[in-house]
Amino acid sequence: MGGESTKVISKEELWGGGQSPFSVSYGKMMMWYFLVSDALTFGGLLTAYGFVRASSEDPWPIGEQAFRSLPFIEGEYPLIYVALMTFILIVSSVTMVLAVEAGHRNDKSGVIKWLGLTIIGGFFFLGSQAWEWSHYIHGSGGSFLLNESVEVTSDEGQVFSLNKGDVVYMDHHFGHLAEPWIEGEPEVSLIKSDHGVKLVEMGAHPHEVELHSLTLNKYINNESQVSGDDAMKLWNARSESFSFGANLHDNEYASQQAYADFFFFITGFHGFHVFSGVVINIIVFIMAYRGVFERRKHYEMVEKIGLYWHFVDLVWVFVFTFFYLI
Amino acid sequence: MERDDLIVNDSYALNAHHSEEEGAKIRRNTWKVTGILTLLTTVEVIMGIFFKRSEAFSWTMIKWTFIILTLVKAAYIVLVFMHLGDERSNLKKAVLAPYMLFIAYLLFIAITEGFGHLGNFNAFH
Repeated sequence: MGGESTKVISKEELWGGGQSPFSVSYGKMMMWYFLVSDALTFGGLLTAYGFVRASSEDPWPIGEQAFRSLPFIEGEYPLIYVALMTFILIVSSVTMVLAVEAGHRNDKSGVIKWLGLTIIGGFFFLGSQAWEWSHYIHGSGGSFLLNESVEVTSDEGQVFSLNKGDVVYMDHHFGHLAEPWIEGEPEVSLIKSDHGVKLVEMGAHPHEVELHSLTLNKYINNESQVSGDDAMKLWNARSESFSFGANLHDNEYASQQAYADFFFFITGFHGFHVFSGVVINIIVFIMAYRGVFERRKHYEMVEKIGLYWHFVDLVWVFVFTFFYLI
Repeated sequence: MERDDLIVNDSYALNAHHSEEEGAKIRRNTWKVTGILTLLTTVEVIMGIFFKRSEAFSWTMIKWTFIILTLVKAAYIVLVFMHLGDERSNLKKAVLAPYMLFIAYLLFIAITEGFGHLGNFNAFH
């Protein structure tokens, strides 16, 4: 970058009035100041997350256990989807750098091309986040709390002594019918079967699901499957308290609500920034296309929205580490 | 309607131009930083998948590795992508100094509160 940043200016001239001591325009300086304050907001949120997590007495879900699904594909891929979102955002940040660079050469078609790709990247990120929210809200099977102490042996032979209030997780086939059954839908009923119990749905799409196994410590560490008679022991010790997916009052991921609240607030607040960034990018794209900056003889507006867009990427780098990795 | 005030008064913006050769250099640097950011993220994801959490010392070291890699990524984004590295040093300081204060405050409060259970700090109970 040439221009003012490398120019040698004497102190008297720099601070003597009549020019910006920072050698930047008013708009760019104010964008920097806005980003400083906005980063402190996110810093405050992530700090609050850290403090609440450190002081939480209930188990706290961890990223690679809670986020391990990919759209359209069966199976488990821990962190891959979030890594993909991170990559999309990094790439859209790169196209923005190239748009700013093209602006410095007054290259109108370059700005339009790279800014257009940045907007597409932004939509991809927003779409990914919408899928992740949807997946998080629907959950993967649901959970219930125990009403009494029970001792069970997992499939690997580990013995668990569980207490009242501990969480037990259902698989998504059983949970899919358990949800309407808990809500009192007349078409779904619980009946005894040869191996234990099963849920039966009548009506337009009749089908039934056997209770094969239940899971312990699903979102924490070392999840364990419990099947057969031991699964029935867990099922019979269940309380009325079932949770499916997550909302603002209740979630299947943990016995406390703080984790789900922080997920919604932090990723939601970041997603809102991405959304407003895409809207601003579109406005500037239209302005560039109509030749506004060509008449102004400089593309500094692209530089200013570029700062905002990189900031959104920067925040995601921190969210990725502190929410998903650690 | 044309706004000629923007052209006359934005003298700093008018200086933010570079030649074709300078542009080529900036583009090469941009792709290099992209490679570094992608590589660091890949390392983080692989570590996240393969290292199991525990109370052990090794997990503490992995957590610190995550934090250091994150700060390296953040530095590349701010200094290269946002061109803060190319600004005058007084603007750099004006932007970065608040975070030095914020981090010092965080360390203070984390250490104070982190030892709260040892002393008589239970004002909220």
